[in-house]
Amino acid sequence: MNQLRPDLAIIADHVPAGARVLDIGCGDGGLMAAIRDAKGADARGLELDADNVAQAMAKGLSVVQGDADTDLADYPDDAFDYAILSQTLQTTRAPDAILAELLRIAPRAFVSFPNFAYWRVRASLMFGGRMPVTGALPLSWYATENIHHVTIDDFRALVGEQGLAVERAWYLSGNTQRGAGAANLLAEQAVFLLGR
Amino acid sequence: MVYDTSLFGAARTVTLPGPLTLDGGAVLAPVDFAYETYGALNADRSNAILICHALTMDQYVASAHPLTGKPGWWTAMVGPGKPIDTDRHFAICINVLGSCMGSAGPASSADDSKPYAMRFPVITIRDMVRAQAMLLDHLGIDTLQSVIGGSMGGMQVLEWAACYPERVRSAIAIATAAKHSAQNIAFHEVGRQAIMADPNWRGGDYYADGEPPTKGLAVARMAAHITYLSEEGLTEKFGRRLQAKPGQETGAKSFGFDADFQIESYLRHQGISFVDRFDANSYLYITRAMDYFDLAEEHGGLLANAFKGTKTRFCVISFDSDWLYPTSEAKTIVRALNASGAEVSFVELSSPFGHDAFLLDTPGMNATVDGFLKAGEGK
Repeated sequence: MNQLRPDLAIIADHVPAGARVLDIGCGDGGLMAAIRDAKGADARGLELDADNVAQAMAKGLSVVQGDADTDLADYPDDAFDYAILSQTLQTTRAPDAILAELLRIAPRAFVSFPNFAYWRVRASLMFGGRMPVTGALPLSWYATENIHHVTIDDFRALVGEQGLAVERAWYLSGNTQRGAGAANLLAEQAVFLLGR
Repeated sequence: MVYDTSLFGAARTVTLPGPLTLDGGAVLAPVDFAYETYGALNADRSNAILICHALTMDQYVASAHPLTGKPGWWTAMVGPGKPIDTDRHFAICINVLGSCMGSAGPASSADDSKPYAMRFPVITIRDMVRAQAMLLDHLGIDTLQSVIGGSMGGMQVLEWAACYPERVRSAIAIATAAKHSAQNIAFHEVGRQAIMADPNWRGGDYYADGEPPTKGLAVARMAAHITYLSEEGLTEKFGRRLQAKPGQETGAKSFGFDADFQIESYLRHQGISFVDRFDANSYLYITRAMDYFDLAEEHGGLLANAFKGTKTRFCVISFDSDWLYPTSEAKTIVRALNASGAEVSFVELSSPFGHDAFLLDTPGMNATVDGFLKAGEGK
């Protein structure tokens, strides 16, 4: 099996065995296959791109082609134990509405995103005066799918406004985990486990 | 376990005693069936795949048609090494109730040895499915690895999953809908009225003298054929190009009503060739069955109820240029399956060929079906 992206590896490690999981923006189903095989999870996926859906289906996964912004309403309350939204929040039209939907569909949700307050990003803007291109934000401003850039502190604020709870958080620089200290400055990306 | 192998193979027919009680209240007994099987049923009878055919198709899914000599209608999907792999699967295709290729329909003989014609009871998609279940009982096939079909075949797939969830391990519904829309019904009504307006139709009693309502049936086919294609596909294939005539390679306007345009000539050909292989009364009955189809209505108005508690795995496929059963209809099905907690996959594939894409070698379709079937086999 291919090695998982670091944020996905953290999520995969913390999904309990046998959990019912909806992976929103599941790509070609790498994470779903991993938690199915390693954890016996009942994993379902939602993915925008038809080619990715076909690839995931070829892995024997149940994936529905659809848009996180419009199609989450199709899922009943508490249909899953966990909702997963990895590296997708910042690409959606209404991230606040989606966050609420995640915690309606499932009592817990994993959310990972690139931190726009990471020091290299700040430096790129501060000293270069240009939109940052970094490991976690590899594309130029005109090509990126990221339409709602977010920082770790912004995300925590939104979670608080929605009355949701942060159960756990993990921070990454490059491919390695780091501590919570000054994470908004030093972490390139973050993974949150949210509860209601 | 030993089974009667004469039950299996190409061009099979059997008459079962019935009775088959229909949604309309009538009872059919006995019931004629015509069907084909491909591949071998395995020892534990777990590799059977039922292929449900569309309105004017038939059981000749992967073998030459006895009337036209053309290859089977789904050779892109069924055969050795294909997604429905006849080296690994046991495929069955049954001519639907009401059709004209050997299963009971308006051209079949009634008790008085004369064709039923319009005395044949009006049937539904559910009646077709119950009839198929009756034949599978006879063949000793309890559980299906999968039921697959496109268009009206997809309606049967959904009905199978709703009526016999314990007999269907997986269901693949392609280019289909859970109900017929007003527009779908409207196009069918045009076709039926064309048949009934043909002086040769005579209330359906045209079998005796060999003068069937071919003109009306051809017009019905022409109207329907337009709905199977996309505007993009028609424009690409025909545009406004004129039909070549002797001495005029690029064609010319006749200032009359000949088939000047290539699209006219094509449609006329579709109409004329159709009447050689299809019965006008069957066209009336089957289009009626499709118009009556509304799976939600059969389940208290809520489509999700049709799939409540189902263990069946579902695969739903639509095509972006199909305006007969558009992606929005597929999504309605997917939404209901999600609401019922069913295991469902859905993909909208890209094709310029409209509704007909399901019959063609559309990129992505075979890989999707292949992956879905293999996943069910633990591969």
